[in-house]
Amino acid sequence: MNEAIASQPQRNIVSRLWNDKETRSVIIQIIAFAAIFAFFFFMVRNAISNLESIGKDISLDFLSQPSSYDISQSLIEYSSRSTHFRAMIVGILNTLLVAVFGVILATLVGFLLGVLRLSKNWLTNKLAYVYIEYVRNVPVLLHILLLHGIIVHALPLPKNAINLGDTAFLTNRGFFIPSPSFEPLFWVVAGLFVAGIFFSIWFSRYAHKVQDATGRHYPVFWINLGAIIGIPVLAYFILGSPIIWEIPELKGFNYRGGMVVRPEFVALWIALSLYTAAFIGEIVRAGISAISWGQSEAAAALGLSRGRILNLVVIPQALRIIIPPLTSQYLNLTKNSSLAIAIGYMDIVATIGGVTLNQTGREMESMTIVLLLYLTFSLLISSFMNWYNKRIKLVER
Amino acid sequence: MTENAQSTQATASSENYAVIIRDMHKWYGEFHVLKDVNLNVTKGEKIVICGPSGSGKSTMIRCINALEEHQQGDIIVDGTELTNDLKNIDAVRSEVGMVFQHFNLFPHLTVMENCTLAPIWVRKTPKAEADSLAMEYLERVKIPDQANKYPGQLSGGQQQRVAIARSLCMRPRIMLFDEPTSALDPEMIKEVLDVMIELASEGITMLCVTHEMGFAKTVADRVIFMDGGEIIEENIPDEFFDNPQHDRTKLFLSQILNH
Ligand SMILES: Nc1ncnc2c1ncn2[C@@H]1O[C@H](COP(=O)(O)OP(=O)(O)OP(=O)(O)O)[C@@H](O)[C@H]1O
Ligand SMILES: [Mg+2]
Repeated sequence: MNEAIASQPQRNIVSRLWNDKETRSVIIQIIAFAAIFAFFFFMVRNAISNLESIGKDISLDFLSQPSSYDISQSLIEYSSRSTHFRAMIVGILNTLLVAVFGVILATLVGFLLGVLRLSKNWLTNKLAYVYIEYVRNVPVLLHILLLHGIIVHALPLPKNAINLGDTAFLTNRGFFIPSPSFEPLFWVVAGLFVAGIFFSIWFSRYAHKVQDATGRHYPVFWINLGAIIGIPVLAYFILGSPIIWEIPELKGFNYRGGMVVRPEFVALWIALSLYTAAFIGEIVRAGISAISWGQSEAAAALGLSRGRILNLVVIPQALRIIIPPLTSQYLNLTKNSSLAIAIGYMDIVATIGGVTLNQTGREMESMTIVLLLYLTFSLLISSFMNWYNKRIKLVER
Repeated sequence: MTENAQSTQATASSENYAVIIRDMHKWYGEFHVLKDVNLNVTKGEKIVICGPSGSGKSTMIRCINALEEHQQGDIIVDGTELTNDLKNIDAVRSEVGMVFQHFNLFPHLTVMENCTLAPIWVRKTPKAEADSLAMEYLERVKIPDQANKYPGQLSGGQQQRVAIARSLCMRPRIMLFDEPTSALDPEMIKEVLDVMIELASEGITMLCVTHEMGFAKTVADRVIFMDGGEIIEENIPDEFFDNPQHDRTKLFLSQILNH
């Protein structure tokens, strides 16, 4: 023991630094950083000199040139005379559209599946189990192709469309649905809806304060539901339904008027959602069953009702387990949406990373843009989820 | 005796009793766990239940707050009969406190929040009042200084005392304990037993499954011995320990006392 202490100062300085916990970690980080930097410097310099040797430079000028291609589904004004930049924006919006709708549907179906998997009813439990096992063991690309195939080949031509009450028409060219045009009074309804949201935020806090002060419970959920949904719906009818619906009509070989939801969007949206939902279902089941039965028993023994046990004891603990893997599912869904290209849905990859790239020959620039866009979306999603996770964690620990 | 007289006697007696268990049977599927259990607990009485592992002690006291369902016979708790009526079950549960072997504290809530959860959501107590009630009981179990910690930051003995305080915050008239000290290290057993002994001196009705014979001798009015799902023997502690009647009781006592 004493000998070891005495001999320590005699060790050389490198060995001493290397064996110090903190300096060692700093040294490793410096080496790693330098290596990565050197590698990228080398690659970029090579790429630039190689491109130069075949007469190419790096430039983003192509973005302002006319795209001269059509896009079947666009949320903004777009034609083949628009620029490549605008085509990229259309692609971004289409990716966001399918990602946002996908995350919403996947979450709803996923939580439902998770709860069904926990139900004591043998049939619903086994049905959910079979669904999850089938869906998550088939590649998502096959789900997308299959669903697209069903819509395009199994649905009728527009002239024989499946007619849903003379308002919506399902065809192999897409789903034709009425499009709204808003009268001035509609904005009253919209205003009430927004007011309802603000009211609920205020009311939840108010109800909490009242409960702290007097012990009285308001049915917060139902009152907020009434304020956000009930009152605007009521106002809508009192004001004489201030939305005019334009119903699609069969003109020649296709429907005119109304809105069309493209088969590519429907196929991609449903396939991605149901696929991701299977994983979310398992995550939810695992999260809830990780909370020991003793927790529910202790809460029941205190006289708490079943609903309160779930809300106050089981769900807050389960969420802590569910949120991190749920985040990766949201990221997966967003990234998997790039499979859109297989069925010609014009997302980021199909526009800037597809047709634009082919027409302009700007591989380096286009692919870098695509990469940066996905990176941005992913970082946004995960930082939001991390923020949420921290918040519920802070409440707990 | 006329039928009328009998029923008035029944109501009169149910007023004196905290718990009445009459001809109660319970099965887990095919397995007959509790066989014809009869037990009347007067108000304020302290009962210790012992018996070998698997004899049905936990199952019996868990029937009293309907954590387990009985299939035959009657259980009347503080005048309320346990039926399938969920209202009755909730009413009984808020009058009956329970302490578990493994504490079952809520890990996502502080000690304070563990104690105020039920008063706030079941009794509709204002928060400030619930907080001071919780503080009062945390002082009673001698850990007021841990109020803002989370259960995971406490020792086993401290956690079990929080669990006791959490139950007491509902001001129960009856307390059930299911082996409250058997998951604890020896040096922590005493701190929990001390709290329970103090509680026993306050007139609350207690049913306690435990093998702590010292505790039984100090506190119990009656000791009940169960085996194979039946109540084999019951007696006052002195008689029970010094003069057991049944062979199975003798065997059991010799095993745990020599232990
Ligand atoms: N949920 C259940 N399903 C089936 N059998 C059960 C269940 N719970 C308990 N049992 C059985 O019922 C019997 C009584 O169990 P109980 O837990 O009441 O015993 P105990 O006297 O409390 O024993 P211990 O001292 O080990 O806690 C045991 O044989 C046990 O295996
Ligand atoms: Mg037991």
